[in-house]
Amino acid sequence: MQKTAGLIKKRVLELLADGTVTKVLGWKEGDFIYDVTPASFLSAQEADGLVYSSFCGANLSKYLISECKALTEGKILALLKPCDTYSFNQLLTEHRIDRDKVYVIGVGCKGMLDIEKIKAMGIKGITKVIDNGKELDIKTIYGSKTCKREDALLEKCLCCKSKNFKAFDEIIDPEPETKEEKADRFAKVSELEAMTAEERYAFWQEQLSKCIRCNACRNVCPACSCMKCVFDNPVSGVSSKANTDSFEEKMFHIIRAFHVAGRCTDCGECSRVCPQNIPLHLLNRKFIKDINELYGEYQAGEEVGSRAPLADFTFDDAEPSVVNERGNS
Amino acid sequence: MQVSENTENKEFKPLIVAFCCNWCSYAGADLAGTSRLSYPAEVKIIRVPCSCRVNPMFILKAFEKGADGVIMCGCHPGDCHYSTGNYYARRRMTLLFSMLDYLGIDRARTRVEWVSAAEGQKFSLVMNDFAKTVTELGENIKLGDLRCKKQQD
Ligand code: SF4
Ligand code: SF4
Ligand code: FES
Repeated sequence: MQKTAGLIKKRVLELLADGTVTKVLGWKEGDFIYDVTPASFLSAQEADGLVYSSFCGANLSKYLISECKALTEGKILALLKPCDTYSFNQLLTEHRIDRDKVYVIGVGCKGMLDIEKIKAMGIKGITKVIDNGKELDIKTIYGSKTCKREDALLEKCLCCKSKNFKAFDEIIDPEPETKEEKADRFAKVSELEAMTAEERYAFWQEQLSKCIRCNACRNVCPACSCMKCVFDNPVSGVSSKANTDSFEEKMFHIIRAFHVAGRCTDCGECSRVCPQNIPLHLLNRKFIKDINELYGEYQAGEEVGSRAPLADFTFDDAEPSVVNERGNS
Repeated sequence: MQVSENTENKEFKPLIVAFCCNWCSYAGADLAGTSRLSYPAEVKIIRVPCSCRVNPMFILKAFEKGADGVIMCGCHPGDCHYSTGNYYARRRMTLLFSMLDYLGIDRARTRVEWVSAAEGQKFSLVMNDFAKTVTELGENIKLGDLRCKKQQD
């Protein structure tokens, strides 16, 4: 990781110096080493703060929408992990960003860590994490602790889509495609499908009731890129807030999931940022599973220009009654 | 304040919302009427220009307002007045109904049927059958309550 970070920084400085790019989108560290947030850098001096660590889970592609609009000269450098390049392609497909204005450096990724999972192991006061790719050596103010890397991976990284880059201008330190059997990303969806309708309702009520409507899941989502959103209520005086008790408010989760159905790349950002740990990916993956089963395998962002399943049809599509015919409840 | 009816000893009558496209299904409903074929009074028809006009939000709204069942009717595939509207609607509704089922709205409470302007008979049969199914399922859960905490009792 340290080596990759070094290579990235070196390359970023070169590209800034020769004028290929005028702005860099990357990550910077906050007060704690695991507190890594997206950041932009305009000069070599600023780029000193650029980091690439095991906590760079954030997908930077969505920032390119506003960056492309604001750009006047040169290019923006975006550091994208393999899974982020799917979102990048999806944004290109939807004409939200301009390929010519972006210089993509693909950065190798072993899977990113979830600080919540580490904290849940009772590890506190973390000052340093040494990641050898298999084990984590965690230094805390109370001493050292170790844990298996796979036990601390982000949900989205457990079912990593691919280690291959779907878009790039150059690549730094790519990882080989993992050989081990990946976790089945639809396992939990199937489990829910096997329950009765009442049980499912109870499950979702339990989960969705935790929502504080912070809008983080919407704001982070690269597929949620409308300029005007149904969940915004301009007359409220508070931006990004719908009327409490309004229809949109009550149906928030269903509407959000439907709006991104067929365009969601399953990047997992929504679940990652949710402060209430609501498993939003289970809603997105339900749509993805249905689409794969009914209309053929489809991965949003795999190819630029592919047609989203909901903006497409065939004459012999399944009749809606398939919903009633399958399953056992 | 809420005025509650005395619902004891009253047989359950479901509230059913039927979205019917103007060119086929609504005309089919008309034909059912003029042919004096009956369909349940609980079925409330909403006329839409094309099945494709049915925004998924309409369905959610119907459930939010207390519908026990929602049915969408359009021209047979291939016969849409706007050529391809119902093909898009077909995918949309399939995915939406599957999602609603996933969230706990029993899949038998949603249905799509293709009814042409000449099929007054089919319209009446479909509506009677759907009303029967929904009546058997009883009162629906409130979709809008998905985000409310469970009542402590
Ligand atoms: S819905 Fe979630 S997983 Fe899908 S693209 Fe948006 S943030 Fe990523
Ligand atoms: S991020 Fe989580 S808590 Fe915030 S609005 Fe989305 S689901 Fe609700
Ligand atoms: S007009 Fe009837 S479905 Fe389009």
